[in-house]
Amino acid sequence: MTAVVPSESEVQEGGSRYDRLIQPARVHGTLYTDPSIFAEELRKIWHKTWVFVGHESEVPQVNDYVRKQLADQDVVMTRDKEGEVHLLINRCAHRGLQVCDDKAGNSSSFRCPYHGWTYRNTGELLGYPYNKGYGGKKQLPLGMGKVARVASYQGFVFGSLAAEGQSLEDHLGAAKGEIDRLVGLSPEGKVSLDAGWLRHKTRSNWKFLAENETDGYHPQFVHGSIFGVTGSPIGELYSDNSTAVTRNLGDGHSENDLRPEFRGFAEPMRWFGTTPDRVPNYVAAMKEAHGEDADRLMIEGAPHVMIFPNLFIAEIQVFNIQPVAVGECVQYATAVQFDGGHELNMRMVSQSIGSVGPAGMLLADDTEMYERNQRGVAMADPEWLDVRRGLHRESVDEDGFTIGTATDETGMRGFWNHYKSLMEAED
Amino acid sequence: MAQQTIEQGLPPRPDNGTELLDVPDGWEAREVEQFLYREARLADENDYDGWEALWTDDAIYWVPVDGEGDHPRTTVSIIFDNRSRISTRMKQVKTGKRYAQAPPSNLRRIIGNVELLGGRANAEGGVDIEIGANVLAFESRPRGNTLWGGRTTYRLRRVDGQILLAYKKVVLVDNEQAVPTLGFLI
Ligand code: FES
Ligand SMILES: [Fe+2]
Repeated sequence: MTAVVPSESEVQEGGSRYDRLIQPARVHGTLYTDPSIFAEELRKIWHKTWVFVGHESEVPQVNDYVRKQLADQDVVMTRDKEGEVHLLINRCAHRGLQVCDDKAGNSSSFRCPYHGWTYRNTGELLGYPYNKGYGGKKQLPLGMGKVARVASYQGFVFGSLAAEGQSLEDHLGAAKGEIDRLVGLSPEGKVSLDAGWLRHKTRSNWKFLAENETDGYHPQFVHGSIFGVTGSPIGELYSDNSTAVTRNLGDGHSENDLRPEFRGFAEPMRWFGTTPDRVPNYVAAMKEAHGEDADRLMIEGAPHVMIFPNLFIAEIQVFNIQPVAVGECVQYATAVQFDGGHELNMRMVSQSIGSVGPAGMLLADDTEMYERNQRGVAMADPEWLDVRRGLHRESVDEDGFTIGTATDETGMRGFWNHYKSLMEAED
Repeated sequence: MAQQTIEQGLPPRPDNGTELLDVPDGWEAREVEQFLYREARLADENDYDGWEALWTDDAIYWVPVDGEGDHPRTTVSIIFDNRSRISTRMKQVKTGKRYAQAPPSNLRRIIGNVELLGGRANAEGGVDIEIGANVLAFESRPRGNTLWGGRTTYRLRRVDGQILLAYKKVVLVDNEQAVPTLGFLI
């Protein structure tokens, strides 16, 4: 009866496919629903760029290991006897079995259950039974696969499946300063992510999460229920008269910079919703460690930064987003722990339990939005999602970054720009 | 050194702080089951006031991640609510704008294999009865249907002739995997 209507985006002439689907003020719905785009993202983003995997504090001792996910890859993060961190692909070089079954532990080697091949925790093949079948010992030039490049910044471990490419430091660019800000709130200049991970299965495309992380337009609406009943002042930070800014940090990274608001109040620990007299040991340790600078650090507080494609630091929580399929991802979340900040650590665990994870009073509501987003983009009309908020009032700050107001979609546009450049690159 | 400081400031885990005593006198299995079924029905029917009224002032409502869970003060949990956080949770959902429960889930659960496990000394100097049971809950939402299975440990106390719930820990069968949004009262 009705002919299949070619989508508006597909009939437009000229430019690359992604030029047509990603425009300055709007992005096309198929970006979230088309399995062929998802497959291309795996190759061009998740298997190529730097992806956040975990934190060195999850393998504190020599020979510690912990299982992790890097997009569709099951990886084992290990610490070898020299203390170096590796990301092994959990697949036997013989017949492909998963070599490591335990979720975490301490071992210098792994033994495949099928035919008993053993591997060092660096991935190197140590031996195999009945070696005459291979002409003797040490004949096979095989080992477990490895994430080609592993690097960490302030203990945050990233992996890239591509052997060649820019360095992690170049990839992080301006986002490094935001990680430094977080770490600066530890009296010992170190954070740990060893409070365990919540694992929240989300029936949504991963990009809805990444875009939402610095969307300062939604909090008053999505989180009004909890801000209202707890009397939280957070909503105000994202209102129309907030002095906070949304900043495109380049390379797909973005932040909500709340410092202008907190500087205005000039109250140490307000960012954490407390006062110095309630955390006296922490405040003393910060003053001891940072001297003159301590007050400024404790006034300005922790960053709210989305690091492309999957690391989100939301003040006291760290999120790790990993895609599963075009319409499914897992958001992992944990509480930041400050080394030397014991007085805050239990509070951060408790606040995180209250707000994030499958039953969290904040994130369960965001997740509901992503899932409704996903159902919505399957609808026929309109085909586009609008991302123009604040486009007319963007400016450039003294460091050359594009900024918008607290509620503008400046971060999202930065995300899409970078996404487009990666997706347009040759395979 | 740092580790010690943490451990010194840490209360015992709520599930193994004191030893399990004999089942205290004056409890009938039938009466206990009736209480558990009522608690389940109030949760299934999203009767937030009725459900909240079941709890003692020192209540703990705990849903760990990873098996039985680690210490809930140093490790994240799916839920670890004291009485005041239970109250906040109920206030939020009653705004009607707790979107993870607006609209509320349609639910029905079965509680089974109810066992009277023993007694636990409580902070008020009395002994609560500890009960174990299995739960299977069917949740229907626009995102799809979910079957939630778990093992629940309850502690009940008589206060002014009424039975109240002092502790409820739900270990989800699935809790070593990623789980979907758990907006309802498990
Ligand atoms: S598949 Fe691993 S040893 Fe054969
Ligand atoms: Fe949100």
